[in-house]
Amino acid sequence: MPVLARVIEGLGIPTVTVTMMPDLAQKYRLSRVVGVEFPFGHSFGTPHNDELMLTVSRAAIQALVEAGEPGYRLDVAAAWPVPLEVAYKTWHPPRPSPIVGAMLKRAQQQQ
Amino acid sequence: MAVDSYKFLPRSMRAMYESAAAIDEPPVWAPLTKPVEQCTIALMTSAGVFLKDSQQAFDEEREWREPTWGDPTYRVIPRSVQQEQIGCSHLHINHTDLLEDIDVVLPFRAFAALEAEGRIGHLAEDAYSFMGYQDRRLEDWRNVQGPELAAQMKERAVDVLLLAPA
Repeated sequence: MPVLARVIEGLGIPTVTVTMMPDLAQKYRLSRVVGVEFPFGHSFGTPHNDELMLTVSRAAIQALVEAGEPGYRLDVAAAWPVPLEVAYKTWHPPRPSPIVGAMLKRAQQQQ
Repeated sequence: MAVDSYKFLPRSMRAMYESAAAIDEPPVWAPLTKPVEQCTIALMTSAGVFLKDSQQAFDEEREWREPTWGDPTYRVIPRSVQQEQIGCSHLHINHTDLLEDIDVVLPFRAFAALEAEGRIGHLAEDAYSFMGYQDRRLEDWRNVQGPELAAQMKERAVDVLLLAPA
């Protein structure tokens, strides 16, 4: 998705990217980055948690207002409201993705 | 608070992402041309959501056949969408929470609230949904979908795009 941000911003539309991997977004040299320490598939929060969704959305607006040059980053000071040992596991799909499945198969064959 | 970008990644993948070099291209920058209180803002996710009754799912079958390929197309999701209309085809994340509340990836309610209080001008009528697992070359997004969407958003007077990789 950083590529889409770069292409669209390069064609004149300002972008702001809300991401769980702000370090990576910076490596793509995006214009405005908002970091959230949330599990994948949950950019704005947990279901029906409107307060958390609004906090992240306000941060994105703050980034738009404050950023004066590319490379701006704002990290949201919000902890994920689910214990890490649970959240670390539950964002994964129920079945390994095709590429992960292929990698696991290859690793098994090498053993 | 500094966000740990790798907190939820499988631990075996952390070193690979941490050691990745920055791209060898200049940064991009388009300045806001008006106060944010007057801007129309569009939302975009890569969570692979689509409208079950009127849109095709993203192509999972081909990805199962070709594990390094990902469907590069996109779906338009109106801000008026109802939760029961939402489907998801993304083989790399769990769908449970977004199928309970699409706002975890497309925060329509939060942006409607920001619109109502005058913090932003408007939330655009349409949001955009991609499936985020892609062929590493990303040529389609660079040459087809990216330029197409930029033109579409300009035509619809969108001033800002908020992207949320899933």
